[in-house]
Amino acid sequence: MSSSFFSILETVKDPEVPVLSILDLGIVRAVNETKEEIEIVITPTYSGCPAMDMISAHIKQAMAANGHEQVTITTVLSPPWTTDWLSESGKEKLKTYGIAPPIGATTDKRVLMSEFSSVHCPHCNSENTQLISQFGSTACKAFYTCKECLEPFDYFKCH
Amino acid sequence: MSHVKQHLVQYLISLGDNPLILGQRLGEWCGHGPILEVDMALTNISLDLLGQTRSYFQYAAELEGEGRTEDDIAFLRQLREYKNVLLVEQPNQDFAYTIARQFFFDVFHYLFLQELQASNDEQLAAIAAKSIKEVKYHLRFSKDWMLRLGDGTEESHNKLQHAVNDLWIYVEELYTPSPLDQEMAELGIGVELGNLATPIQEHIRATLSEATILIPKKNWPQSGGKMGNHTEHLGYILAEMQYLQRTYPGAKW
Repeated sequence: MSSSFFSILETVKDPEVPVLSILDLGIVRAVNETKEEIEIVITPTYSGCPAMDMISAHIKQAMAANGHEQVTITTVLSPPWTTDWLSESGKEKLKTYGIAPPIGATTDKRVLMSEFSSVHCPHCNSENTQLISQFGSTACKAFYTCKECLEPFDYFKCH
Repeated sequence: MSHVKQHLVQYLISLGDNPLILGQRLGEWCGHGPILEVDMALTNISLDLLGQTRSYFQYAAELEGEGRTEDDIAFLRQLREYKNVLLVEQPNQDFAYTIARQFFFDVFHYLFLQELQASNDEQLAAIAAKSIKEVKYHLRFSKDWMLRLGDGTEESHNKLQHAVNDLWIYVEELYTPSPLDQEMAELGIGVELGNLATPIQEHIRATLSEATILIPKKNWPQSGGKMGNHTEHLGYILAEMQYLQRTYPGAKW
């Protein structure tokens, strides 16, 4: 990926978690440049993710603002998105934002079986937390509460 | 359009109809859930299902190549053109009813997608691989609630038993192939539904027994949804779902 496109795409944020760029999220799969146009290949986090249309529009805007008018966005489903593609800096940004980042790799069986109990509270870092609901404010998050500082928080699910 | 391609389009639409109608049903819970977390869970599941429907319908529209869009397929068909199973169109009733319906569908859906990932149609396999990650959560959610309600208070137990008794007649249709299912399975595109009968039954029975819910002794299996013969409920769903597009043709969000 050419570094100039890289820096433009870095400015496009996830509308639902605005601290994360679409590069942090790992949803940009390829950028293909031909003489006529630039094709940007993205993949949805979840099938029903309502942010995808907005993200496509924002990519086009950001590219146009930098003089790239001929941009097509292609959506691919395979291979399916996984939180393993979330960048390390993205995980740090999530935590600072108040969302607990996903723990472990999705290939770890314990993750799939929800056997990780030690989701750290993003506010006080305590491990004494409790799952309230598998589904939080968006499909990609679960809802937790911290039994130490009593703050509720979202956990970005391992997916 | 070749014969096979035409049937593939029909198959894709039939696959999208189940999550479409169930997603619409779950959306009815928005603002009515017994607690906020459950309200959000049901609508999140609804959103996943609608997203999966879009994947099927977008692909169908693209293959068909006659200018029909995913929205036309979702909103502008007649009742008998919908090929969803009868289970998913059954009304929400109470929370136990919604959970029992969801659990029966999730068990089928998970095992079905597991097989569909091996489809020789690449895009269909990709949709399955994407969807199954979401359905895993759905099944975990509905199964947890089956156990909590069934093995909960006397009232929650009775309500769930009542729901299971009522919905039991719609389970068999899930794994009974239509001629179209059969044709697609033979071509290696679709799933051999007959092979799913035993795993689905075993999974359901194990959870019911753990939830202390009795398996209904009598069963009069109902089917017809896959052929477009529906219960009276689907008409009401479509009336609500299609209202906007029929009244304001081409309206956009």
